[in-house]
Amino acid sequence: MFRCRGALARALRPPPPRGRAQAGTLLQRWNVPPDLQLSRQVQTGVPGEKGSNKFFAFIVGLTTLGAGAYVYKTLKDNKERFTSRVSSITRPQDDESSAAGAHVKVPSHVPFLLIGGGTAAFAAARSIRARDPGARVLIVSEDPALPYMRPPLSKELWFSDDPNVTETLRFKQWNGKERSIYFQPPSFYVPVQDLPSVENGGVAVLCGKKVVHMDVRGNTVKLSDGTQITYDKCLIATGGTPRNLPAIERAGKDVQKRLTLFRKIEDFRNLEKISREVRSITIIGGGFLGSELACALGRRARTRGLEVIQLFPENGNMGKVLPEYLSNWTTEKVRREGVNVLPNAVVKSVSVSGNRLVIQLKDGRKVETDHIVAAVGLEPNVELAKSAGLEVDSDFGGFRVNAELQARSNIWVAGDAACFYDIKLGRRRVEHHDHAVVSGRLAGENMTGAAKPYWHQSMFWSDLGPNVGYEAIGLVDSSLPTVGVFAKATAKDTPKSATEQSGTGIRSESETEAEASEVHISQSSSPTPQVPKQGEDYGKGVIFYLRDKVVVGIVLWNIFNRMPIARKIIKDGEEHEDLNEVAKLFNIHED
Amino acid sequence: MSYCRQEGKDRIIFATKEDHETPSSAELVADDPDDPYEEQGLILPNGDINWNCPCLGGMASGPCGEQFKSAFSCFHYSTEEIKGSDCVDQFRAMQECMQKYPDLYPQEDENEEKSSKDLEAASVEASAAKEEKGSS
Repeated sequence: MFRCRGALARALRPPPPRGRAQAGTLLQRWNVPPDLQLSRQVQTGVPGEKGSNKFFAFIVGLTTLGAGAYVYKTLKDNKERFTSRVSSITRPQDDESSAAGAHVKVPSHVPFLLIGGGTAAFAAARSIRARDPGARVLIVSEDPALPYMRPPLSKELWFSDDPNVTETLRFKQWNGKERSIYFQPPSFYVPVQDLPSVENGGVAVLCGKKVVHMDVRGNTVKLSDGTQITYDKCLIATGGTPRNLPAIERAGKDVQKRLTLFRKIEDFRNLEKISREVRSITIIGGGFLGSELACALGRRARTRGLEVIQLFPENGNMGKVLPEYLSNWTTEKVRREGVNVLPNAVVKSVSVSGNRLVIQLKDGRKVETDHIVAAVGLEPNVELAKSAGLEVDSDFGGFRVNAELQARSNIWVAGDAACFYDIKLGRRRVEHHDHAVVSGRLAGENMTGAAKPYWHQSMFWSDLGPNVGYEAIGLVDSSLPTVGVFAKATAKDTPKSATEQSGTGIRSESETEAEASEVHISQSSSPTPQVPKQGEDYGKGVIFYLRDKVVVGIVLWNIFNRMPIARKIIKDGEEHEDLNEVAKLFNIHED
Repeated sequence: MSYCRQEGKDRIIFATKEDHETPSSAELVADDPDDPYEEQGLILPNGDINWNCPCLGGMASGPCGEQFKSAFSCFHYSTEEIKGSDCVDQFRAMQECMQKYPDLYPQEDENEEKSSKDLEAASVEASAAKEEKGSS
């Protein structure tokens, strides 16, 4: 884990003398695009991108300069997959107390202040720097870690073969390419005290500090240690805090110490350790996080004799997202990953008996386990609303902002904490990674004068083990009427084979970062038709979610690289009489 | 034969390959290439470079961002016969900057050979693409 102090030290060290210039791979972590999305996405039909791709190749013509090759190599790699660079990240510094950061001289004024050090803030910082030359951006983060991406904490990191993965936080993707969860190594950032003076500006991160008070009239914030900082433009990207179950909160300390509320790097490290020590873990919650962790732990269950139980009130996994038939199908898949799934389970109370936890369910069932992971939702962090006088949305939670993500004249909000107006889909609050990226970028653009509304629909994805994966966009709410169009799946249609085929990196790659690329799909013969077996009907397909006959959400079920067409359909907002005709646009039968 | 069934409010269609091979009758709305709201590619409609293009990764925003922008802009607007040949200084400055941040811009020996092959391949590809695509 990168502690800020270590980062500062490293950044301040003089660079080692270099020998000859080399044409080398620009192993950069720029890619870490906060915009992680679909590495598998092929950008089709975006004007100019394909040309840009070739256009970049021109740069290479500057054979006299290694630098030209750097740029070329970077972009050529982008052609295939954006992440394909191994970064020679240095070992993280040892943990130091955050008091060490207290002695950093914090500037009294910054032009761009970003409250929160997660995905949305990083995306905004990058956007601001790209558009405003020489911009000075200060990120103030309560978290001791530098900005990192969350999706691998419940997915890829669990599948890593590296025994040191909890230290390095790096993971190897299916195609062998490695990356870190940190968006950028410490050397990317400018030391906080140098921010006002560094030539060409930069991004500085003040870790382990919380903004506790905001004075909107005076354009000032106050930190937990009393420091005051004035700003010109401010972004609130405070994210959220995992919710807890009232039954567990009432239960007392003995239960609390056997509980994980999963969100951060620390939680991943703790849970990974616990998974090696206990005999039984119960996950409460049947949504994205709960199901992904269940599958990740389920896999360990098989090799280590760990019992993994997942319980939730809905009828099946992803019950609030997928239509019932698909939720049931998914639940079976999760069971096959080694998880004992208990649907229709509402927790009544939790107590300690002997050295074990006993979960009492409302229907009388009892579950005995050693550790609980609660994945029951996220509470947006809106504490600043009070002092800032900002509106909090009563329906969705979060700070209420307009279509341009603005709360007040110089204040924007992005990411999990933003309840914004989506011109196409209405007011909403989205807790997905790509949304944090898209909204962070947009906020950064608007903080530098763009005045653009939320327009580019963000997407999300989930993998439940290597054989079931889906990508989705828009309003994907199981209470809406749906139309699902399916074809029979073959061995080719799994997340694993999708990455293998396309040579793309980890799923957690931003689609919005990828260029149009020539994805080389293997020229295999079409799969032999098989008689649909009972219970195996939903291999791959596309599901449309409708509101008043207009498609407002789409799930791409075990088919990949089709997000652009899905995005287009939602953008159009047209009424389609026959959704089977729309489904044809997705070529669901093809590999 | 494709068939479908209804489960409550949810409709399920099982489509055969043959069914989906016939052209779709679904109509999509034509895109406006000058739509100001849309995410732009690398080059904006007015010919400027979109520094915030996701395709650039963080090149324009990192510590060497200014040098990169300067070099790339020079290249983009260069009208020399060998495009960018008048931008040697900017590229050199960019390279010098990048060498100061080996974490961010690692330089690897073993990739040198591979990248020179890539250079050739790219030039060939680039000229072919230029003919076919025109300006982007």
